[in-house]
Amino acid sequence: MSASSDVGFHAQRQARWRYAEAAFWLVVLACGFLFPTRYLIMTDILRLALFAMSLDLILGYAGIVSLGHAAFFGVGAYAAGLLALHGIINEPVLALIAAGLAAMVLGFATSFLVIRGVDLTRLMVTLGIALLLEALAERFSNISGGTDGLQGIEMQPILGAIPFDMFGKAGFFYSLAVLFVLFLLARRIVHSPFGLSLRAIKNNPLRAAAIGIPVNRRLIAIYTLAAFYGGIAGALFTQTTAIASLDVFAFDRSADLMLVLVIGGTGYLYGGLIGAVIFRMLQEVFSTITPQYWQFWIGLVLVVIVLVGRQRLHRWVLYVPNLIIRQVGGRKAVVAVPESDA
Amino acid sequence: MTIALETQNLEKQFGGLRVTRDLSLKIEQGARHALIGPNGAGKTTVINQLTGVLKPNSGRILLEGQDITDLPVHKRVLRGLSRTFQINQLYPDLTPLETVGLAVSERLGHGGDWWRRMGTRSDVNDEIADLLTRFHLLDIMNDQTVTLPYGKQRLLEIAVAIAAKPRVLLLDEPAAGVPESERHDILAVVGALPRDVTVLLIEHDMDLVFSFADRISVLVSGALLTEGPPDQVARDPQVKAVYLGEEAVNV
Repeated sequence: MSASSDVGFHAQRQARWRYAEAAFWLVVLACGFLFPTRYLIMTDILRLALFAMSLDLILGYAGIVSLGHAAFFGVGAYAAGLLALHGIINEPVLALIAAGLAAMVLGFATSFLVIRGVDLTRLMVTLGIALLLEALAERFSNISGGTDGLQGIEMQPILGAIPFDMFGKAGFFYSLAVLFVLFLLARRIVHSPFGLSLRAIKNNPLRAAAIGIPVNRRLIAIYTLAAFYGGIAGALFTQTTAIASLDVFAFDRSADLMLVLVIGGTGYLYGGLIGAVIFRMLQEVFSTITPQYWQFWIGLVLVVIVLVGRQRLHRWVLYVPNLIIRQVGGRKAVVAVPESDA
Repeated sequence: MTIALETQNLEKQFGGLRVTRDLSLKIEQGARHALIGPNGAGKTTVINQLTGVLKPNSGRILLEGQDITDLPVHKRVLRGLSRTFQINQLYPDLTPLETVGLAVSERLGHGGDWWRRMGTRSDVNDEIADLLTRFHLLDIMNDQTVTLPYGKQRLLEIAVAIAAKPRVLLLDEPAAGVPESERHDILAVVGALPRDVTVLLIEHDMDLVFSFADRISVLVSGALLTEGPPDQVARDPQVKAVYLGEEAVNV
């Protein structure tokens, strides 16, 4: 049946690799060799990109808003720190997975609160959970190190072979490898029937249920997975910086993540990656111009994006980024979060 | 005859307002059953209880003899009860291909599959292609739903319900809002539904009701006024009075 193979071909269209995607990853890899003095900031960007991808999974695909995503980052960060500090799991990759799983447990437990409400409830619940964890970490300072954070973390070589160096080279390539593997997994998932069902739920939960989709179960699954991703991002933070302090739970961290996705766009996986690059570069530029007040300019950019209107920005300011994004993400990809998600 | 769908003493209140009053309906296997009534009679409320969107205050709902009163929406679908909505409930960002593909995947139990790509299962693809062809959607299968003309969206709405391979199909005003030029497609599709599918039609359009239905239930203020074959209902003076006005209806 030719119509059938036609259907198969078109159904897989979104999932096919584009040249621009390969180019994107080659450029990222090349950066590792081109800028050997910038490993620290580049590693920071990779971490933020992974963290933003985690939020994109729930926001861009399932339509779950969150202002407390740092909860998972923080749990991952402290888990990795404690594992290394007490020598429980010395090998970084295993510790990374264990830290991700710890965040995943939290994600699963809190998902039942999050799926209940609508957007505003979700914002408050997620925000509340992150604040709660921050307070707990401060209270139990005998475990968390309190306001001083975990100190004296010494990382063992990756896979027992590659030691972390003081320039951050190993840390960069390690982070890049983790980001890429998790990206591949996410890419696989969003193009599966499961991934499509998430988009359906985001579009119209009423209809989604009316074709037999167990809406709550799917939302719990993706929220739990996003928590795993967030935890890994946090664990990478601890492992590459050898510190974990209370600010891993900070509200700024969750809020910044929203900015990253507003800049980069949602629902095509590259939004978090591109957004992270732009966001950190803006931060760099602004803080060079005005070290004390750079947040003013970041705030201004956000207000402009939201107020001037995305439609107009699409046409003018974001014309070039949009071109690139369409290359990478296909014609449906858009810059900036749709009105309903912001 | 076996009964496909049945309500027993169904009762629903919104605050002090009784919108469904002691409603007992029996819909026979393979029937073309229409539920009619004036605006505000509570027809859509009945549908919402049948499909599980609303919980009745009391009474039972039986699907093929089994009590489904407490089942959530998606489980009723898997048991063979599917519906269309009076106002299109589609996915604006998704294409007809994705929309129908998802419904088919869910029914075949692949909906939770997070590893295999969409489009790699030939049984799913065959069925999608068949549905898209039957509903005249094949040539626009890659367009975003929100960009489709209303008549096409209406067809997609019905295609999605059929993709669930229902044994009982609830059609909530399938032709509502469809321009005259595109009505024919809808009516043809509804008329061509296989006979083993039991259909409960909710409709305002009397031409459609009397040409399609072999049995009609009349709902007034949430209660069953009368029930019977179309000619009998059309002659019923009570029905004429409350619903059809004083006009005579030609059958």
